[in-house]
Amino acid sequence: MEPVVDFRGAVCLLGRFPALAGVDLDVARGEIVLLQGPNGAGKTTVLRACAGLVPVVEGDASVLGVDLRADRRAVRHRVGLLGHASGLYEDLTVADNVRFWARAGRAHDADADAAMARLGLAGRLADVAVARLSAGQRRRTSLAVMVARRPELWLLDEPHAALDQDGRDLVDSLMADAVAAGATVLFASHELDRAQAVAHRTITIAGGTVAVDRSPAGTAAPGAPAPTGAEPAVEPDPEAVVS
Amino acid sequence: MSAGTPSTLFRDAALVVGKDLRLEWRSRVITSQVLPFAVLVLVLFAFALDPDRRILGEATPGLFWLAVLFSTLLALQRAFAVEAADGVTDALRLSGLDPAGIFLGKAAGIAVHLLALELVLGVGVTFFYGTTPHGPVLLVATCLAATAGLAAVGSLYGVLSAGMRARDTLLPLLLLPVVAPVLIAATQAFAAAYDRSSGEGWRWFGLLVVFALLYLAIGIFAFETLLEES
Repeated sequence: MEPVVDFRGAVCLLGRFPALAGVDLDVARGEIVLLQGPNGAGKTTVLRACAGLVPVVEGDASVLGVDLRADRRAVRHRVGLLGHASGLYEDLTVADNVRFWARAGRAHDADADAAMARLGLAGRLADVAVARLSAGQRRRTSLAVMVARRPELWLLDEPHAALDQDGRDLVDSLMADAVAAGATVLFASHELDRAQAVAHRTITIAGGTVAVDRSPAGTAAPGAPAPTGAEPAVEPDPEAVVS
Repeated sequence: MSAGTPSTLFRDAALVVGKDLRLEWRSRVITSQVLPFAVLVLVLFAFALDPDRRILGEATPGLFWLAVLFSTLLALQRAFAVEAADGVTDALRLSGLDPAGIFLGKAAGIAVHLLALELVLGVGVTFFYGTTPHGPVLLVATCLAATAGLAAVGSLYGVLSAGMRARDTLLPLLLLPVVAPVLIAATQAFAAAYDRSSGEGWRWFGLLVVFALLYLAIGIFAFETLLEES
């Protein structure tokens, strides 16, 4: 199957600190892949590297067929990244934000309105300034932007964070719908029970490398490091500002 | 510069300027904070020079453009603070918007705000300083050209300083020396418009046009790199 993410010995630096120290990672089209690992392991850096926001300085890395070492900017408009920050204008309303970012991604207002309805943001909430929203409502708004833009690769960093039970269920169904529509999902989470139930495959990141790559049945993925049964110890690194 | 076509460039610029005007409509920061600040500067100049009304009248062009310049700093800080907050810079990088379009949109939004500000300040100097211009065409043309230059160079330095922790203090240090030619040329053109000597004024206007075109061109080509570094 065509690889959407193909990293071979990928190294990324945050300042002089190697946040990724030789990552080998394959994600096939239509997969939902969970990244797990301790804080500071490099999960967020993997997601940001896939989005073309962090340069890969050594090794090979391609996303959606784009060589990130040659031109990482070329992939950006084809991916969607839900990070820790909302990426929203505080003084604009929910509808203003979703429509602006949807139009920026060549989507239509109808897509934005449908996404807001799907995320439970239609009606009264649509006209509320983002600054007045709760953390969960902001998260829903950021997700609505992603749904409206229909990226080919969804990169989600703790997508369930700040959401209530309904919101968490909604995130799971959004990921399933995205994959059904031909997209691919790579997400990081600490909520392992919920995340592993959704994911087709779980990859453990530790110390900036892939430590374990296994399918839900517990078998190591082809070409992956052999599971050891115990996750490797990770030295907490004070410089690892991004988890 | 990205590989966008002229139509996507102007479409993206229109999208960004529309968003910025909507931001101002929702927040009223320029209206409620920058505009009163500009008028306050004019009034304080009047207090400082009031004993000699003649000096106030002669200094009107310079005082007007100094008030515009100080207000421009506030408007720029506002314009780029919203782009640096809560992951918006990353969202812009991932948006698919043409960086040159973002630059033109930001510059156009700032220019609209500055022109509104200059209109109010123009009424202000007439009211507070008792001066009346004689060359309205030169006056308007000078405002347009100087504003385009200020908005273009301001957008460049605004995005450059947006990601820095000390951006509030750094922006004036970076920007003020660069816009000194705008201050000089706009002041001289205004002085000519007030003194009925428009011929000299149009030469200064030409300098303003060259400055604006130069920085618009630099912005179109350099904004992508600056956005990446911010």
